[in-house]
Amino acid sequence: MQRIGVFVCHCGTNIAATVDVKAVAEALKFEPGVVVSTEYQYMCSEAGQSLIKDAIRDHRLTGVVICSCSPRMHEATFRKTAAAAGLNPYMVEIANIREQVSWIHKDVAEATEKAIILGRAAIAKVHLNAPLTAGESPVTKRALVIGGGIAGIQTALDIADAGFEVDIVEKEPTIGGKMTQLDKTFPTLDCAACILTPKMVDCAQHEKVRIFSYSEVEDVKGFVGNFSVTIKKKARYVDELKCTGCGLCTEKCPQKKVPNAFNLGLDNRRAIYIPFAQAVPKVATIDADYCTMLKSGKCGVCSKVCTAGAIDYQQKDTFVEEKYGAIVVATGFNPIKLDAYEEYGYSQSKDVITSLELERLMNAAGPNGGTLLRPSDKTHPHTIVFVQCVGSRCDDGKGKSYCSKICCMYTAKHAMLIREKYPDTEVYVFYIDVRTPGKNFDEFYRRAVEEYGVHYVKGMVGKVLPEPDGTLTVRASDLIEGKQLRLSADLVVLAAAIEPDKTARPLATKLTASMDTNDFFTEAHPKLRPVESPTAGIFLSGACQGPKDIPETVSQASAAAAKVIGLLAKDKLTCNPCVAHSDEMLCNGCSSCEKVCPYGAITYSDKEFRGPNRTTLIRRVASVNEAVCQGCGACTVACPSGAMDLKGFSNSQIMAEVDAICK
Amino acid sequence: MQVKNEFRPKIVAFCCNWCSYAGADLAGTNRLQYPADVKIIRVPCSCRVNPLFILRAFQRGADGVILCGCHPGDCHYTSGNYYARRRMTLLFSMLDFLGIERERTRVEWVSAAEGAKFAATMNEFVETVTKLGENKRLEDLRCKKA
Amino acid sequence: MQESMKQKALALLADGTVDRVLGWKKGDFVYDVTPAVFESTEEVERDFTFSVFCGSNLSKYLVKESRKEGKILVFFKPCDAYSFAQLLKEHRVIREKVYAVGIECYGKADIDKLRDKTGATVIHSVGEANGTLTVRCFGGKEHTVPLYDVLLEKCESCKSKKHPVYDELLGDEGEVVDDCNRFDSVAKLEAMTPDERYEFWRGELSRCIRCNACRNVCPACTCEKCIFDNDASGVAQKAAADSFEENMFHIIRAFHVVGRCTDCGECSRVCPQQIPLHLLNRKFIKDINELYGEYQAGADPDTRPPLVNYNTGDVEPSIVYERGGKENG
Repeated sequence: MQRIGVFVCHCGTNIAATVDVKAVAEALKFEPGVVVSTEYQYMCSEAGQSLIKDAIRDHRLTGVVICSCSPRMHEATFRKTAAAAGLNPYMVEIANIREQVSWIHKDVAEATEKAIILGRAAIAKVHLNAPLTAGESPVTKRALVIGGGIAGIQTALDIADAGFEVDIVEKEPTIGGKMTQLDKTFPTLDCAACILTPKMVDCAQHEKVRIFSYSEVEDVKGFVGNFSVTIKKKARYVDELKCTGCGLCTEKCPQKKVPNAFNLGLDNRRAIYIPFAQAVPKVATIDADYCTMLKSGKCGVCSKVCTAGAIDYQQKDTFVEEKYGAIVVATGFNPIKLDAYEEYGYSQSKDVITSLELERLMNAAGPNGGTLLRPSDKTHPHTIVFVQCVGSRCDDGKGKSYCSKICCMYTAKHAMLIREKYPDTEVYVFYIDVRTPGKNFDEFYRRAVEEYGVHYVKGMVGKVLPEPDGTLTVRASDLIEGKQLRLSADLVVLAAAIEPDKTARPLATKLTASMDTNDFFTEAHPKLRPVESPTAGIFLSGACQGPKDIPETVSQASAAAAKVIGLLAKDKLTCNPCVAHSDEMLCNGCSSCEKVCPYGAITYSDKEFRGPNRTTLIRRVASVNEAVCQGCGACTVACPSGAMDLKGFSNSQIMAEVDAICK
Repeated sequence: MQVKNEFRPKIVAFCCNWCSYAGADLAGTNRLQYPADVKIIRVPCSCRVNPLFILRAFQRGADGVILCGCHPGDCHYTSGNYYARRRMTLLFSMLDFLGIERERTRVEWVSAAEGAKFAATMNEFVETVTKLGENKRLEDLRCKKA
Repeated sequence: MQESMKQKALALLADGTVDRVLGWKKGDFVYDVTPAVFESTEEVERDFTFSVFCGSNLSKYLVKESRKEGKILVFFKPCDAYSFAQLLKEHRVIREKVYAVGIECYGKADIDKLRDKTGATVIHSVGEANGTLTVRCFGGKEHTVPLYDVLLEKCESCKSKKHPVYDELLGDEGEVVDDCNRFDSVAKLEAMTPDERYEFWRGELSRCIRCNACRNVCPACTCEKCIFDNDASGVAQKAAADSFEENMFHIIRAFHVVGRCTDCGECSRVCPQQIPLHLLNRKFIKDINELYGEYQAGADPDTRPPLVNYNTGDVEPSIVYERGGKENG
């Protein structure tokens, strides 16, 4: 028989105002096995914890029941308390009489009765608790960063600087991500390339960082501290080690009509290409969709001009398997497709562009060498209209319900840069709200309005009509003046909403990490654990978790790195001891449990058992890898014979709770 | 308005630790009322709930049993609630086949953010079960208090 | 058929292919056959029998028999072969230790029905030819009756005359029966009101005497230790003490074999109280077919059984309230 102590918390008046805590303590005193039952104002306080510790020692308690707030709040606290007094921490059970009783009921008699029943259930459970010891698993002291944008780069560099090896997997031929495509960055207007490319170079040169460019995560196995990841290195038909990045092939390739993805299709490149001058690694890649040699076997120009002999048309996708202790997701974002927004004429006119396309048009390394020209006729636009919230804050089902967060600021930046460089240009910005929280952000926006004379109009654009003369008629409403506007514009820029990269959802499945309905990764806690996924060992960096600007991305990236470093600094991890366990004497070997286990924690083997009359029986039985098991319990119900049980939530414990509640 | 000897049902609610139990906590934090007839048992995942537990509850005199888990697709363990969904669908269908009132059992997906849904679900479930009255078809008479 | 089976058994025993034979053994009366293991050619010569009364399913015996030394020959009717295939899928039987001979089957007879239809009391022998049974009684009286009229319940709604697995076939191989009517009786119950169903099942299940025959014969019930015998399981009980236990035992047993029950019908055949237990299993099979797509346990070795499988778009449990069945008046 257990010797159980019951401790009822007042939680100030949070519990005591609605639950007669004295009556609860008194009633539970008479439950079987209870040797002490008392109440106190704040059990979680230093004094409250001492009271528990003293009782454990004085009454030689073997089990503790605490009637208090939710176990999600203080279970860990009270387990530590018990451990400090020499009691196994898993001999503690919590009856939640705050969130489930005092806060939701008003009638004192009713609330007190329920509190007593919940206390009884916890006592019934603790009678069947067994001391559990957490196992340990080693930590592979290496990290994987998925995505090589500014988020991934920052995370990787921070982890590497702490002395741990980091691999970056980037699906594009170069790291750098979206930031490489930007012109200048708000609110300081420094050039994106000038601040990003040194970091890219740092990555390439850091002895602890390895870059898998043009690669994808194929498969993820294992668990926190012990991930095993298969990385697919897509065939780029160029030997990375031999290519010197001289770029000769990219000039001689006869296939000239390939839309340049880096410039968002605003100009063309060759079938063999280096995305941009500062690419890391600076290695050419053959675009198999366009290369005539790969498609028809006739050409081979790049191979002929390459003095390094780096071209390899026979190259195949290769797979490498690597071990990691932690994985950081930094898969970033993309602007949404604008198919659903025909009213803005995006597909009808070349002069209706997205903001990211405008970045390329204004960039010195862009298609026009930094001179802002209309894509259609390469003339200077004199009237430019910016449309905000295209697909953001939409409840009509066409776009995203959330705010994309970065558009207000980059539009102010665009407007300001244009007015500065081309003072003869009139700039209109149509907005729902201008949102500028952030250091020096509002000042920046006000400068655009006050110093640069950008016309901000509160109201939405209803329609953009391409006219035969090449201009665009913009019909909009001005909500403040209360009138309809018709503007003749030369260029319309749409602030398209941003969404998580399409690769994020399948990746989340591989990682068993959860996502919200918008495909943003969910954090372990929205406020207190914002850079961790609920799946242990998976961390979140940058826009894969939600829309973010660069300063925010970088700070989150470093925060994720700090969490990874904290994990990798440990030699061993303590496992969750509430894991499944198979009773070999009952196991049928049917494999049902193995099939439902989401972690592959269950394996089967033939084992010898003693049969009747000195015979030996060979039976197929299941065993659970305790380091891999996460304790969901799916196997316990799939098991037909009841051989599988879950420590801490055993069949008998749960049934004891059921009995106590239904009594 | 108190009616004497008014029937108060016994309701057992199994809640998964990650979503629904947190949802119940949120209902508490937001002071959203639901009847004290509901008693919650915490389980790691909805897939931990063995049909035996539900039968056991009815045996011991529960008048309604509800299982709450993360929304399909949001299971902390990725797939647990999918298995729970199939098991419970078949179990409930069998209970119905035996003529046991189908409204006494329910599965509801409640996320950690849905405190309001948790409270509303419980209010509605208690009302339904109260209307049905005592569970007579699946109780063990020996477990009845004299 | 009996002669060719006997010859097959003798030949395989003689050439050492197998060490034992699992088949049916003669009893005191013609309808009184029991499953038996024959260890020698003499035993086969003396006791082996096969007749219209060999309804019992031999597959379950292989759980133990296939773990013994040497190889065993077993004769399977098509429905037994499904059970065998399912046991293989669950790794309960060691395939290499079994030599499976599939035998053709046109349905087996229910002795009670035979007595009812013919009025025969003390039966001496029963002959079968072209689908007609000729019953000879002690005292010389003779009756004929079509086999079709006296089939076992499980044979009336035969689902397949094809063996999903075998090493060798004797006789003709048939086909899966597409238009078998085995869910009709379930559907009839589903169409009742809950009160009517409750009354029906109380009437049936209250007769249960907890003899455990259904469990003992069931090829899906092969647990090393049954939860009803395991004190730690929380449901261990030996007697049908009240209505709860009758319900509980049969619901749990049916639930335990969901997705594993091949619908061999043995539970109902052996029930001394004539409780239509197969209806519980068939209800689950019907639900699975309707909600998750057609699934026949034992039909193929690779598909995941429905309860250890899922689709993200599976129906919600609320389907139970939404569909079919009348409300109580």
